[in-house]
Amino acid sequence: MEFVKRADREKSPEEIERDEWERQKAKQRLKQAMTIASPIFILLLWEMLSRTEIIDSRFFPPPTAIVAAFFNMIQTGTLFDHLSISLLRIVGGFLLGAIPGIVLGLLMGMYAPFRHFFQPLVMALMPIPTLALLPIIIIIFGIGEMSKLVTIAGSVFFPVVINTAAGVMNIEQIYVDVAKNYGAGSKDFFFQVALPGALPVMFEGIQMGQAIALLTIVAAEMMGANEGIGYLIWTSYKAFVITEMFVGLILISFFGYFFSLLLRWLQAKLLPWRENG
Amino acid sequence: MSRQTKIKLENVTKVFYKRGNSVTAIQNISAEIKDGEFVCLIGPSGCGKTTLLKILAGLETPSLGRYSISRDSKEKPLQSMVFQEKGVFPWLTVAENVAFGLKMQKLPRAYVKERTAYFLEKVGLAQFAKRYPKELSGGMKQRVSIARAFANDPEILLMDEPFAALDEQNKYILQEELLNIWMETKKTVLFITHSIDEALMLSDRILLMSAQPGKIAADKTIDLPRPRHVEQIRSDQNVAKQFVEIWKHLQTEVQRSRLQAT
Ligand SMILES: Nc1ncnc2c1ncn2[C@@H]1O[C@H](COP(=O)(O)OP(=O)(O)OP(=O)(O)O)[C@@H](O)[C@H]1O
Ligand SMILES: [Mg+2]
Repeated sequence: MEFVKRADREKSPEEIERDEWERQKAKQRLKQAMTIASPIFILLLWEMLSRTEIIDSRFFPPPTAIVAAFFNMIQTGTLFDHLSISLLRIVGGFLLGAIPGIVLGLLMGMYAPFRHFFQPLVMALMPIPTLALLPIIIIIFGIGEMSKLVTIAGSVFFPVVINTAAGVMNIEQIYVDVAKNYGAGSKDFFFQVALPGALPVMFEGIQMGQAIALLTIVAAEMMGANEGIGYLIWTSYKAFVITEMFVGLILISFFGYFFSLLLRWLQAKLLPWRENG
Repeated sequence: MSRQTKIKLENVTKVFYKRGNSVTAIQNISAEIKDGEFVCLIGPSGCGKTTLLKILAGLETPSLGRYSISRDSKEKPLQSMVFQEKGVFPWLTVAENVAFGLKMQKLPRAYVKERTAYFLEKVGLAQFAKRYPKELSGGMKQRVSIARAFANDPEILLMDEPFAALDEQNKYILQEELLNIWMETKKTVLFITHSIDEALMLSDRILLMSAQPGKIAADKTIDLPRPRHVEQIRSDQNVAKQFVEIWKHLQTEVQRSRLQAT
């Protein structure tokens, strides 16, 4: 017979577990340090390579120059204009796509006739990138704000619909039985069972939608717009103001991260009952 | 004593048909359960006990035959079921789970609160009222689903192995509580268990089921005075005889079903 070895016979079980806990914490700190170190390391490397012209500073200006451009653009106010219009489009388009997506997804999940009617339509339209429809969208909605909102809404809509419907359909039968057994009407069933039960999977769809919204807005603004972050990136590139182009790119990366943190926070608030919550 | 018939089953048969396979879960079940009677259902695993309860709960429809449940009061819900898989909603707190049936009945909020607190106390979960089920053990979840059914105050309680995941002491407390509620309110109870002791302790009648397809093989009246006590049940000669009879029946049925399976 073999025993699992416990190295320290002198230590009490509490001490052993406390040491283990401290080891785990140290490990955690190391991981955090690495997470912070990696971007700093890249930026330093970039700065050095660019300053020494090992990489071409015309295409890869040093980060300090990008930061300088960033502050300069804040002062002149151009950055704020581009940023605010892009954020407005993202938030507006996101809501315009997510809300109908949630409603239709819930209906499809709860009522089989809805599901069978809409499923083929959703499946057929989903693979078409909304950006490929941009010309048609512009023909219909014009070059103005509406066409941008619709483009984003279109790309957010699909992951949200599909995940919401899947969320409702994956609710375990036992919960449906309990609700029925205790006489839940359709309104109660909706608010007490279908909606909360579907929320975790629905949220995954919303997170996907958010990521897609960001990708879409930049591309849409590159193709047909007079302002916005995508426009900023495109025109800076064409005018060869590369520092400003990088400011645009970094802002997008920042907002992508910010939105996903926001959604994760919202998720923790809305789903306190989850196993890993 | 001429009590009214509360539940009547006539030749109820349920066949599950899926992908070309059919399983006869229960076959030609006929039985009458009187108003206020406490009936236990015992039978080997897979013999269709849950199926029978689900039919009475309105969650399955019989393939053949019919059943009726007579109603006494318009206000009370007809039946509540304690499910074998518990069915405690993970997204509701313990208190919200217990209050579920009451909320569905649209009862006044103060009353719901009071009743919920009362039954949480009864099942010993008062200090967990605001927690989510993820923080509970299996037995605690089972108590939540029991409290939910009791609080709902139905005319008939359908209980599917409600005490299976509990320790002996908690089981005993809840059995006592169930009997108290039963005596006070004169509910009709249909109770599934695998424990012969439990059935002898609780029931007026025991229905023994045969292995698949489930039929009623025997109908035993348990004529012991109440309140019953563990010691008394253990020492009673008659009860010991009943125990052995049920034991033997189950043993032959289980062996038969295992032979069928191979
Ligand atoms: N929804 C269903 N679809 C197909 N077959 C089913 C379904 N529900 C039950 N069955 C079958 O019916 C038979 C009886 O099942 P049931 O759950 O009623 O047994 P049980 O007596 O409650 O068993 P246990 O004591 O293990 O809980 C089993 O053979 C089972 O496989
Ligand atoms: Mg069962």
